[in-house]
Amino acid sequence: MTASDLSILLPEIVIAVYAMAALLFAVYTGKDKLAPTLVWGTAAVFVLCAAWIGLTGGGTNLAFGGSYVDDAFARFAKVVILLSAAAVLVMSEGYMSRRDLLRFEYPILVALAAVGMMVMVSAHDLIVLYMGLELQSLALYVVASLRRDSAKSTEAGLKYFVLGALSSGLLLYGASLTYGYAGTTQFAGIVEAASGEISLGLLFGLVFLLSGFAFKVSAAPFHMWTPDVYEGAPTPVTAFFATAPKMAAMGLFARVVHDAFGNIPADWGQIIAFLSVLSMFLGAIAAIGQRNIKRLMAYSSIAHMGYALMGLAAGTAFGVQAMLIYMAIYVTMNIGTFAFILSMERDGSPVTDIGALNQLSKSEPLKALAVLILMFSLAGVPPLVGFFGKFYVLRAAVEAGYAWLAIAGVIASVIGAFYYLRIVFYMYFGEEGDGLDRGMAPVPWAMLMLAAFAMVAGVVNLFGIEGLAAAAAATLVN
Amino acid sequence: MENLLSIITFLPLAAALILAAFLRGDDEAAQRNAKWLALIATSVTFLVSLFLLAGFDPADTGFQFVEERDWLLGLKYKMGVDGISILFVMLTTFLMPLTIAACWEVKTRVKEYMIALLVLETLMLGVFCALDLVLFYLFFEGGLIPMFLIIGIWGGQNRIYAAFKFFLYTFLGSVLMLVAMVAMFFDAGTTDIPSLLNHNFGSEEITVLGIHVVGGMQTLMWLAFFASFAVKMPMWPVHTWLPDAHVQAPTAGSVVLAAILLKMGGYGFLRFSLPMFPVASDLLAPLVLWMSAIAIVYTSLVALAQTDMKKLIAYSSVAHMGYVTAGIFSINQQGIDGAIFQMISHGFISGALFLCVGVIYDRMHTREIDAYGGLVNRMPAYALIFMLFTMANVGLPGTSGFVGEFLTLMGMFQANTWVAAIATTGVILSAAYALWLYRRVVMGDLIKESLKSITDMTRRERAIFAPLVVMTLLLGVYPSLVTDIIGPSTEALISDHQTALLEADTRLARAGD
Repeated sequence: MTASDLSILLPEIVIAVYAMAALLFAVYTGKDKLAPTLVWGTAAVFVLCAAWIGLTGGGTNLAFGGSYVDDAFARFAKVVILLSAAAVLVMSEGYMSRRDLLRFEYPILVALAAVGMMVMVSAHDLIVLYMGLELQSLALYVVASLRRDSAKSTEAGLKYFVLGALSSGLLLYGASLTYGYAGTTQFAGIVEAASGEISLGLLFGLVFLLSGFAFKVSAAPFHMWTPDVYEGAPTPVTAFFATAPKMAAMGLFARVVHDAFGNIPADWGQIIAFLSVLSMFLGAIAAIGQRNIKRLMAYSSIAHMGYALMGLAAGTAFGVQAMLIYMAIYVTMNIGTFAFILSMERDGSPVTDIGALNQLSKSEPLKALAVLILMFSLAGVPPLVGFFGKFYVLRAAVEAGYAWLAIAGVIASVIGAFYYLRIVFYMYFGEEGDGLDRGMAPVPWAMLMLAAFAMVAGVVNLFGIEGLAAAAAATLVN
Repeated sequence: MENLLSIITFLPLAAALILAAFLRGDDEAAQRNAKWLALIATSVTFLVSLFLLAGFDPADTGFQFVEERDWLLGLKYKMGVDGISILFVMLTTFLMPLTIAACWEVKTRVKEYMIALLVLETLMLGVFCALDLVLFYLFFEGGLIPMFLIIGIWGGQNRIYAAFKFFLYTFLGSVLMLVAMVAMFFDAGTTDIPSLLNHNFGSEEITVLGIHVVGGMQTLMWLAFFASFAVKMPMWPVHTWLPDAHVQAPTAGSVVLAAILLKMGGYGFLRFSLPMFPVASDLLAPLVLWMSAIAIVYTSLVALAQTDMKKLIAYSSVAHMGYVTAGIFSINQQGIDGAIFQMISHGFISGALFLCVGVIYDRMHTREIDAYGGLVNRMPAYALIFMLFTMANVGLPGTSGFVGEFLTLMGMFQANTWVAAIATTGVILSAAYALWLYRRVVMGDLIKESLKSITDMTRRERAIFAPLVVMTLLLGVYPSLVTDIIGPSTEALISDHQTALLEADTRLARAGD
């Protein structure tokens, strides 16, 4: 262990040290009174680290004998993770303090989860991978049940924990099989063992690993926890679940299949294509019956993971690039949408029924327009940016010979369009009824407007993420 | 002027942004300002587009006024027009000011209505000007959003059902086209339409899921494009969204839908299906011809049974689009010239007919045919204009409707005599339903109590109809205005098609040796 190893890990160390210091400081001083400061402080640390990683990093650096890697792919994922986590943190501050939910542990747990996620996307060894994953998951289990006096929130946390533990078990089993048959836990060693005709044991290991990841990205048929957890957790926490951890889990997914099993794309491509098609259809069909907007967004995220997996299934550098672009767009859309959901209140208490959106366009035209843009973008209707996300993954799938997957994907997107349209329908064509409270806190309002604006203005050049994603994908797939 | 096409396309959008950003309030004055701004913007767009027409050289069969800029993913922002598309651009810019003027009486959410119409105009113009596959798709699909809102917010009783049906039906058709576009991109390595026109897509027989596909890749892609354009057109049997959408849409929505949006399907066939997949087009032309023949007879019969005026005209639109598809897939000069002519003329005629319905709907708030009768007694000017467009719809010589139908029938006759014979009966049927509609609404004694105080057309309404009357008659007596512009381009289209077929034959023969 040398200084150069640690310097590669420096952003993670900074955030971890910050989290621990903040914990100690808050416990011995103001406790919950400090929470708003901590929220903003944590967000600031995230943004600074994101800028640091994004602007200064370069090249591919291995640390700890090849167990940890810092490359363009990891940096891309980390920047998305940190920025989205920061955005979700700052927009949840008002909501949580109004409901007396804002405990000082919240930003600290988010910071620890962020460290876990950063480790996940940089892992180059099964043990490091598991460490990152569990650090992230443990922090998330706790924030899911942040509202201690609510049965639903507690249930959400417990459900997430039990099912999460099961998936960790699957993953560990897969990891141990992989280790047993490859003789090493390092990806660099596994990739050599896993080439050509691979042994059945290694294949089993791969399948169990993929099942564990599918649980983390909430891809069907490992999605069962998603709607309940999304519904039960406090809305800001749901917003967090829908964004940064998804990016991290997708990054991890891509990392493992390409870095550890990159020589046998045909073996995992099939599995991922299957997960993808199932997620797209399940997400599209199951959401139709939902009237609770948080459950609806849960199914929507399942469907979107299906599309992101479509890019990954292609098994090409372009596929990874498509996946990264898709995830970046997805995260932006979700931040905007959840910023709006946070503001859905009637007489000061939150509402989640989509019927409450009736005639929003009359009372608040600008907000309604922004949500309209986000919904059409989520549905993938051109000319909004969401369409380009779909276009990239479709192209990746067709080029890799998965034309059937692409056709299934577009059919699912038509089915899925229905429930996004229904939200627009309530806002614009709905009956007169009990509307929502007017007004919105400034931070969520800004997030909503920024996200909607990005969906329109991004058409010009996607804010340049195309090139960054291409560079990131090139380092992962060679 | 290098950016002429971009200026024309985005001028309405700029006006929409100005409306959205600067116009506040919803009182009388604000509503009036919104309407005037929209009217001025669309009129200016029309005037600017006249420069386009003036600068267009019909003899040049390539693309003109081309603009090109780099965009995402190796795609290009590329615009241009040729003899096939320029008239659709002109049709759009010509009709939009009239459409705006036709919704002068709208009172609910006027500002948003104007914004939706202006955005829609930009998207429609973009469809006809785009020379990049993805750019085309962007405009093509983007049009769904404003149209969805126009039907859903300002529509009639059952507008929600109609809006959803319209959106999901057309969206399903188009996403299949998207997959085909991705496959084309993959195969040709470019999305540039002029290059794709010269690219030979594989036509060797292939096997998909155990089914032998004659015509190979071309057939599959042709079918995917067909799914989209046939729904948009709409062709029998996927036309069922159209009557619902038309009936529920507000007058301006119906006019735009019938006069311009339907033409995107025909334009798509001419721009993509025919020149890019010549082997598949040749292979599947009989299918389209027969489907068109069925459409013409079937929808004409359905039109006879309607009790709702808008529904009747909607079914008549489907029948007239049958002539267009049959003309296009006759794949000869008369057929294609006729199809384009028919589309342009149908744009004026069906637009005018929907405006005619709008005139009495504004007064009586019903579209039931039975609620009317004897209007000629109190509305002589209306009766005259309605008669002119009824006759044009029937295809009376001297109106533009005749030229389109005659040319397409001539083309069809060369391709398939039986189809032509069946389609010709559609002319008789169209006379039946159109004249019967006219008799029930306009002729007879004015016996209905509610109609006793109905007033004739206002000056504003007459002013809207005047340009349409002029165009319908002008094109009826002097069709060369149109055919001179489209002729060289269609000629080139057909000769390219023949060469491509020959090449494909030799390729196949060589592969067989």
